[in-house]
Amino acid sequence: MDYHSPASFAEASALAANATGITRFLAGGTDVLVQLRSELVTPDTLIDIKKIDGVSDITRNVDGSWTLGVAATGAEMSEHPELSGDWPGVVEAMDLIGSTQVQGRATLTGNLCNGSPAADSVPAMVAAGVTVTITGPDGNRTIAAEGIPASPGKTTLTKGEVVTAVNIPARGENGGDAYLRFIPRTEMDIAVVGVGVSLRLDGDTITEARVSLGAVAPTVLLVDDCAKAIIGSTLDDVALDALAAAASAACNPIDDKRGTIEFRTEVAGVLAKRAAKIAYARAKGEQA
Amino acid sequence: MALDDRKSEFTFVGTRPDRPDGLDKVTGRAKFGADVSAPGMLHGAILRSPHAHARIVKIDASKAEAHKDVKAVVTRADFSDKVPFQPGLEGEFWNVLENVMAGEKALYDGHAVAAIAATSALAARDALKLIEVEYEVLPHVTDVDKAMASDAPVIREGAADYSVPEGMHPNVVRYHESGHGNVDAGFAEADLVIEDSFVTEATHQGYIEPHACLGMLGNDGKGELWCTTQGHWIAQKTCAALLGIETSQLRVTASEIGGGFGGKTTVFIEPVALALSRKANRPVKLVMSRSEVFRATGPTSSASMDIKIGMKKDGTISAAQGVFRLQGGAFPGAPGDMTAMCAFAPYNLTNVKQIGYDVMANRPKQAAYRAPGAPMGAFAVESVIDELCKKLGLDPVDVRLKNAAHEGTQASYGPTYERIGLVETLEAAKAHPHYSAPLKPGQGRGISCGFWFNHGGETSVSLALSEDGSAQLMVGTPDIGGSRASMALMAAEVLGIPYENIRVTIADTASLGYNDVSHGSRVTYASGLATIKAARHAVERLCGRAAAKWGIPVDAVKWEDGCAVPSGPNAGDFDPMPLADITADMGATGGPISGHFEATPEGAGVSFGTHIVDAEVDPETGKTSVTRYTVIQDAGKAIHPTYVEGQYQGGAAQGIGWALNEEYVYGEDGRLQNSIFLDYRIPVASDLPMIDTVIVEVPNPGHPFGVRGVGETGIVPPLAAIANAVSHAAGVRMRQLPMSPPRILAALKDNG
Repeated sequence: MDYHSPASFAEASALAANATGITRFLAGGTDVLVQLRSELVTPDTLIDIKKIDGVSDITRNVDGSWTLGVAATGAEMSEHPELSGDWPGVVEAMDLIGSTQVQGRATLTGNLCNGSPAADSVPAMVAAGVTVTITGPDGNRTIAAEGIPASPGKTTLTKGEVVTAVNIPARGENGGDAYLRFIPRTEMDIAVVGVGVSLRLDGDTITEARVSLGAVAPTVLLVDDCAKAIIGSTLDDVALDALAAAASAACNPIDDKRGTIEFRTEVAGVLAKRAAKIAYARAKGEQA
Repeated sequence: MALDDRKSEFTFVGTRPDRPDGLDKVTGRAKFGADVSAPGMLHGAILRSPHAHARIVKIDASKAEAHKDVKAVVTRADFSDKVPFQPGLEGEFWNVLENVMAGEKALYDGHAVAAIAATSALAARDALKLIEVEYEVLPHVTDVDKAMASDAPVIREGAADYSVPEGMHPNVVRYHESGHGNVDAGFAEADLVIEDSFVTEATHQGYIEPHACLGMLGNDGKGELWCTTQGHWIAQKTCAALLGIETSQLRVTASEIGGGFGGKTTVFIEPVALALSRKANRPVKLVMSRSEVFRATGPTSSASMDIKIGMKKDGTISAAQGVFRLQGGAFPGAPGDMTAMCAFAPYNLTNVKQIGYDVMANRPKQAAYRAPGAPMGAFAVESVIDELCKKLGLDPVDVRLKNAAHEGTQASYGPTYERIGLVETLEAAKAHPHYSAPLKPGQGRGISCGFWFNHGGETSVSLALSEDGSAQLMVGTPDIGGSRASMALMAAEVLGIPYENIRVTIADTASLGYNDVSHGSRVTYASGLATIKAARHAVERLCGRAAAKWGIPVDAVKWEDGCAVPSGPNAGDFDPMPLADITADMGATGGPISGHFEATPEGAGVSFGTHIVDAEVDPETGKTSVTRYTVIQDAGKAIHPTYVEGQYQGGAAQGIGWALNEEYVYGEDGRLQNSIFLDYRIPVASDLPMIDTVIVEVPNPGHPFGVRGVGETGIVPPLAAIANAVSHAAGVRMRQLPMSPPRILAALKDNG
């Protein structure tokens, strides 16, 4: 196994482009190292991108949007009061991953690029409208977070491409987001269902919404029908029921050791309602 | 048998001093199974079957053997061929051998088929891939009911013992039937009879420390073994038999142990490390991964059970019967007999009948797990009693009190009880504020009783006094639950010297006579009894030295508060002679002073508990929270109450896991789907409420200080108590464990 610690993303991209066999980028390592130790994946080339300048920065841009380096950790996000104030759903979703120790290493980018349909931070990012910037052999590009996962364990990134930054939009006025997941325990577990909701109000009426589901399909889903169910409503019971129905209808889950098809389908609707209520309360400026 | 030297007033016993192993454990100084190394040591790794059931056609290890880092490869041929195959548990050495290294067939996913010793752990792991095994895959079965069906694949012909009735499938290997009275007549007397069926899945003991050992065995047949175990004499005896060497030539030392709960009462990797060592002529260390622990060490049995109980309107149980089918992996040993014997043991029944089956399937060999077999039986029986109480409008504690076994009751499994404490635990439950506390909407309350036999077993203890008046105590039962503290307290009580002045060591197999495993809740009882007797033996000798100094007969000297004193005014007028004054010149007054005791004590004293649980169920997701939990249990006499409370809380915590989320999940291919802690869901700290405890003390007549074991009874009531609480909260009877959210939500849907 070859280990590299490039000083720039251009160098990282070139190393990956020229590597043979299995290549993995190492940021926090909370997936890569676990897979390596359990012999699930034994990379031929390991490219450590933690040593590139600025990769741990969390920056609020002049327009109110946020840029997060690829090695900014969950702990650093949780301890950032302004980021938590703007995007509590994204921060909480990230904070749900793993233990305190894992929080000191785990990153949004790693969670996204691991390609798991059950990744907690991904539905929250998708609901928030997050984009990622990518460097590759053909230059730079920026795409929506939901464009990265391709199937369980696979991404749309091509050979030599590496994510260089995470971009979270400006929160703006009267907005709120939330993420909820279902696990059988209280912590230290993997989502059986995950739901991210971000919305904006005009008075009591929802004017914009994005709803994303995790662990109910081969990839995290952005569900337009869920958004349509609540846009224009005051999140009354009719709208909530329509939201739940749309969420359940969008599910395409599997039966496995973590949950059944029926359970995931049902609970996706339940969590969509609960997450929407939290996001709505946050948009109203209430504590939730 | 009552002992005339019974003691009920104590100086040290019942106090809560710091644990003697505390500093070692918080500083990392304690040496666990994987913490030792030896010069020239190699690292072992084990190749395991990916198939649930397969004939091993050929093993070609030539590429592995040719690798420069590989120093030995072993297969079944490297173990003794003199271990006889016999039916049932009579052939237990053969069963263990077949489990630690497969013979003609791989019998479960994870079954060891070969092992390697190499110069590094990584080299050993990688070299496993060089071993080529040709398998002929066979049909498999993992479910207990399917394993008994006529079309089930046969795991092994000839494994059934004499107890199995004619006509049963060869996978049924042991049969138990017991009871008394006439159940049919009893059911006819009942105002309400409920019949129901229950299922539990296998769960793992979940100890934090994976199995680990360091083995050294020379071609002269002399060996040393360091391992994490609940019993190093059984490890010695078993390894010697499996390797064809003399027992006494293998010296076994027990490491500090990171949990066992019954799962470390046998061997898995120890004989393999020794076989590798003998072949490589170097020490070999073997350490299991967590996945290996799940796939190839003992989980508990899975169970399928049918219960029928009749009750009169006043709550009297008129008859009870149960059929208990336990699956214990591809070997005899599932404790269907224990399940049957314990299931109705809390009750004073006129008519009772119970049947237990031991059934083989393509799963790992079950190992003991705290009160093996009892929790699942209690789950089934106590669920039906709860349902009867509900339908007849009776209070569940009152009904249990009405039917409770007491001194003189003929137990459901045969013998007549001596003084027992079940009624006292029920009365404590009824009086506890928890039982009358209001419930919130969506919550339910469950109670259950539980029983465990407790055990005595072969025990040998030595105590040696030092010149400065301190004492060293050697016991042979690994400290899995605070026994060093308890032993020191009991020795202090007899010797009359401070707890801190006594050092307790778990001696190796070369230093003491045979000691049974730390199991059956026997250590505080049996090693404790032996410690008291060994200390009394030393006291006799101390009194003898004092008598000689004073020039009076030895029976004119007694021992009081750590001093020899004249037994009365007529014995002479001498100042008390402290222990340290006697030991200071013991070399010149007759030599070192020690005390010894060896026996197989048989008055362990059965134990009962009653648990109260509140649970809340989210009706939209089926998720359960345990909101309040109270354990009430008879300890006989709590030697170190903090450890007793820890045992109670631990039983409840493991029971919560077993009831709600823990399970072995098998795929259609017979492979274990969840062999890591991520998907094998033991409770995390935040899943548990504060677990309240009440220690009831009804002294055991068979122990000088009244001790009853407390290690196992605490896991018997939780499954039932939690199921009763959840069933009340959800409004639907839960008959299958674990009560995971998908199962509860499905039950709620089915219930409309």
